[in-house]
Amino acid sequence: MVTIPAHIAAILEQVFDPEVPVLSILDLGIVRSVEDRDGQLKIIITPTYSGCPAMQTIATMIRLELSTHGFQHIIIEEQLSPAWTTDWMTESGKRKLQEYGIAPPQYSTKNNPTNYLEVVVPCPQCSSSHTELISQFGSTSCKALYRCLDCKEPFDYFKCH
Amino acid sequence: MHSDLKQYCLQLADNSLIHGHRLSEWCGHGPILEVDMALSNIALDNIGAARSIYAFLAEQEGEGKTEDYYPYTRDVREFLNVLLVELPNGDFADTMAKCLFFDAYQFYFYTALKQCNDSTLAAIAEKSLKEVTYHLRFSSEWVIRLGDGTEESKENMQRAISNFWEYTGELFQPSAIETSLQKTLQLPDLNLIRDQWMEKISEVLQEATLSFPLSSEKGWFQQGGKTGIHSEHLGFILADLQFMQRAYPNSEW
Repeated sequence: MVTIPAHIAAILEQVFDPEVPVLSILDLGIVRSVEDRDGQLKIIITPTYSGCPAMQTIATMIRLELSTHGFQHIIIEEQLSPAWTTDWMTESGKRKLQEYGIAPPQYSTKNNPTNYLEVVVPCPQCSSSHTELISQFGSTSCKALYRCLDCKEPFDYFKCH
Repeated sequence: MHSDLKQYCLQLADNSLIHGHRLSEWCGHGPILEVDMALSNIALDNIGAARSIYAFLAEQEGEGKTEDYYPYTRDVREFLNVLLVELPNGDFADTMAKCLFFDAYQFYFYTALKQCNDSTLAAIAEKSLKEVTYHLRFSSEWVIRLGDGTEESKENMQRAISNFWEYTGELFQPSAIETSLQKTLQLPDLNLIRDQWMEKISEVLQEATLSFPLSSEKGWFQQGGKTGIHSEHLGFILADLQFMQRAYPNSEW
């Protein structure tokens, strides 16, 4: 796993994903490494999806947050490999998603089910397992759209990736 | 940067850019809201993949170039995408046929490209493959649903598959650049990819209860895109895509 110096982690905890604002970038697992050499920071981030329009905003937000804490020399680099996976999302991140009304990823990508239609995604509103897939693509690339057949609410599912 | 590698990167990036641009034309016009969102998402993945490659090229070439240089300042003959991706979207069945052919190609292509000797291209392939897996699932499901649907949807789907067929051969016809780099960089072997692709396509079309192979299967294929000889359609795409940068060079917002 990625180890981030505690004093930097405390600051990065305050940078939230602009598209899912309950998740910090650490919850999301997109910060891949942080080096602090006497206050000169090098941070490597990875996009969730290739076309993620939030990457530039996130880099700017990291820079802003760190500079308000006195850091002036910040290098932020994007890295594509290893490719981001929902396995890197923290447990607290998954809990926050659930509370926010987005069903969190249901399994580790290391045990990919052979048929994705068999995956049961419980409704984040009423916890019923009686739900169905409406579309593999939701409001953003990282989510699929589901519907609860009991409480009838549609909801987003942060798909395993 | 070796000029062959540059051209090779342009082939990959131009394919993704033009395919993404075509799909983005569906935004606001999808047959249902969910499909509209799906097509926009797929467009975004493709344009994102193109950006990664253009950014890599700009970094290698230096001379103050940025990723924007490639999509916005080159003219038609300098684009190296295959003809398939520049063809007009047609109706929804046409777009799904085009997507099925291209998604299946990208799926096997990226699977092989992951093993190549260039670490940046391998990383882009690794990233894109995860996304293309969804794209292929989406287009396969729609081809099956429309093919095995009503009489009318079946007829449209069959027509669409037949219409685009003659543009599929070019995907597997190596350009001089592909041939020259294949060994040194361990690039995908297009002959192998064609076999995997053919198997997937025939599996999907069979499930869709469509006629396959087509009578034109062994026939003549269109080509030219990989060497910059395009259909008239690409010029219209560029007129749209490049207008702002041509009219207001280097403008930003």
